[in-house]
Amino acid sequence: MAEPKIKLDEVLHVAELARLQLSDDEARQMQAQLDSILGYLAELDELDVSDVEPTFHSIPMDAPLRRDVPVPCSDRSEILAEAPESEAGGFAVPLVLEVDS
Amino acid sequence: MTSFPWQSAFEIREQVISGAMTAVDVTRAYLARAEALNPKLSCFLYLDHEGALAAAAQVDRAREVGEPLGPLAGVPVAIKDNLCTRGVRTTCASKILGNYIPPYDAHVVEALRASGAVIVGKTNLDEFAMGSSNENSAFGNVHNPWNLDRAPGGSSGGSACATAAGLAPLALGSDTGGSVRQPGAFCGITAIKPTYGRVSRYGLIAFASSLDQVGPMARSVREASLLLEVIAGHDERDATSADRELGAYHAACGRGVQGLRVGVVRAQLDQLQDPEVRGAVEAALESLEEQGATLVDVALAHAKHAVSVYYLIAPAEASSNLARFDGIRYGLRVSGEDLADTYARTRGQGFGPEVRRRIMLGTYALSAGYYDAFYLRAQRVRTLIRRDYDAAFESCDVLCTPTTPTPAFALGEKTNDPLEMYLADIFTLPPSLAGLPALSTPCGLAADGLPIGLQIVAPPFEEEKLCGAAQVVEDACGLVTSHPPAFA
Repeated sequence: MAEPKIKLDEVLHVAELARLQLSDDEARQMQAQLDSILGYLAELDELDVSDVEPTFHSIPMDAPLRRDVPVPCSDRSEILAEAPESEAGGFAVPLVLEVDS
Repeated sequence: MTSFPWQSAFEIREQVISGAMTAVDVTRAYLARAEALNPKLSCFLYLDHEGALAAAAQVDRAREVGEPLGPLAGVPVAIKDNLCTRGVRTTCASKILGNYIPPYDAHVVEALRASGAVIVGKTNLDEFAMGSSNENSAFGNVHNPWNLDRAPGGSSGGSACATAAGLAPLALGSDTGGSVRQPGAFCGITAIKPTYGRVSRYGLIAFASSLDQVGPMARSVREASLLLEVIAGHDERDATSADRELGAYHAACGRGVQGLRVGVVRAQLDQLQDPEVRGAVEAALESLEEQGATLVDVALAHAKHAVSVYYLIAPAEASSNLARFDGIRYGLRVSGEDLADTYARTRGQGFGPEVRRRIMLGTYALSAGYYDAFYLRAQRVRTLIRRDYDAAFESCDVLCTPTTPTPAFALGEKTNDPLEMYLADIFTLPPSLAGLPALSTPCGLAADGLPIGLQIVAPPFEEEKLCGAAQVVEDACGLVTSHPPAFA
């Protein structure tokens, strides 16, 4: 069998980078599917594009500037109403730093 | 149910203006039809009775007091559920946004409201617009109204289905790699992917930012063109929105194709496996020729690489865009041991399999050591694809291809093999990668009754040419009065 394009430990590393929890079964299935997709995408290697500029924007345009004037924005309470948890006018998050009190 | 009148947006507006029907009556009738048929089709995720009736009442009041009425006064419109609607749940067909209620309207939704349109509800899609069959919705898949066992296409399958089955005369979808054109082709309607930058994406929940566009869907070329006219235009809230003059898209439908040079990629047509798709496309080309167009052979040598290029670039951009769904500011939160664990659980449980797959693929393609080999290489090949079009448009004004290699495939047929699903996007991906406007319109029915779509592609900001050519095809093939038999 050919060397897989992506190994299981790489799948787990990428999942960590992407902050995605995968079960063992999901990770193995992901490896098989990504391996097949990456195997197909390798067809791009047949092209020599070393002298070709990349196209990040299909329609060239200048980055626009807008006038620097204040405009109304969304109401804070409306935004916080969508948060899973909010507290004291802000988003509440799990503890990230231990603080001695 | 008595036979459905299949009124166009123009006819509905005319009736509302003349007073033959009130906007409220029209809205009630459409909501009732949608309630009755949605259990079979699953094209709507949400029907907004209250909001729709209030908007309709406002149109009726404006008429009574003699205020001018907009171009879509009283016309029901369905909105893909990845477009933000103030106060109305917007889910992207994902569990991670299952209860999200946006505090603002997307630009295109504002434009619709200003035109007098009545937003009847939010339509089903592949989760975060990632898919070609609508089977990736977290809330059940849409059915093709022409044959309930077939896929409606994706990712704007709900909008395509609702329009084709007469649950709304008009709908908005979004198109990243074919997501209005492919379901348009599968469901037998017209759909336009505007030039990148033509329509503001403000309030469109981002998938792949170098590709996403909002697009109109309708049962006729003229209605789709009118809807494009309503939603197009500059908006400084979207930094990629083009500050350029609008076209007269609706008027362009009557211009004909006399002297128009229509590019045809012979090799692509000759390689088509499906003889019915090839026959329908050839017939459409003949009808363009009969009306005065000239067919010109062109080559798109690098279009065959579009699947590889797209399935690196779009997932890479998606992996970045979807980082915002972390369980902190909106949507689902699944609490874990610490912050990192909360992110991982929220995203692992909130995203469905295809979205997870694309986030993984995109994160991999952008990660240290692979960026040059995958992402950057894909962006270089994208340049080659774009250059092919530049060269082709030196000898032609528009370019015609099939929209899809086959008519609608069966539900379940491609779900076990993501790659096979991706390969079916081969005709819609190249214009997306080049940022070009492209339109799909019906050009025939297969022997089993399924619609076949013709894709027309034009140079940047030349949507008018798409409208003119598509109208000729619509007039010639006579399918504008064909509707899914089970819903007629």
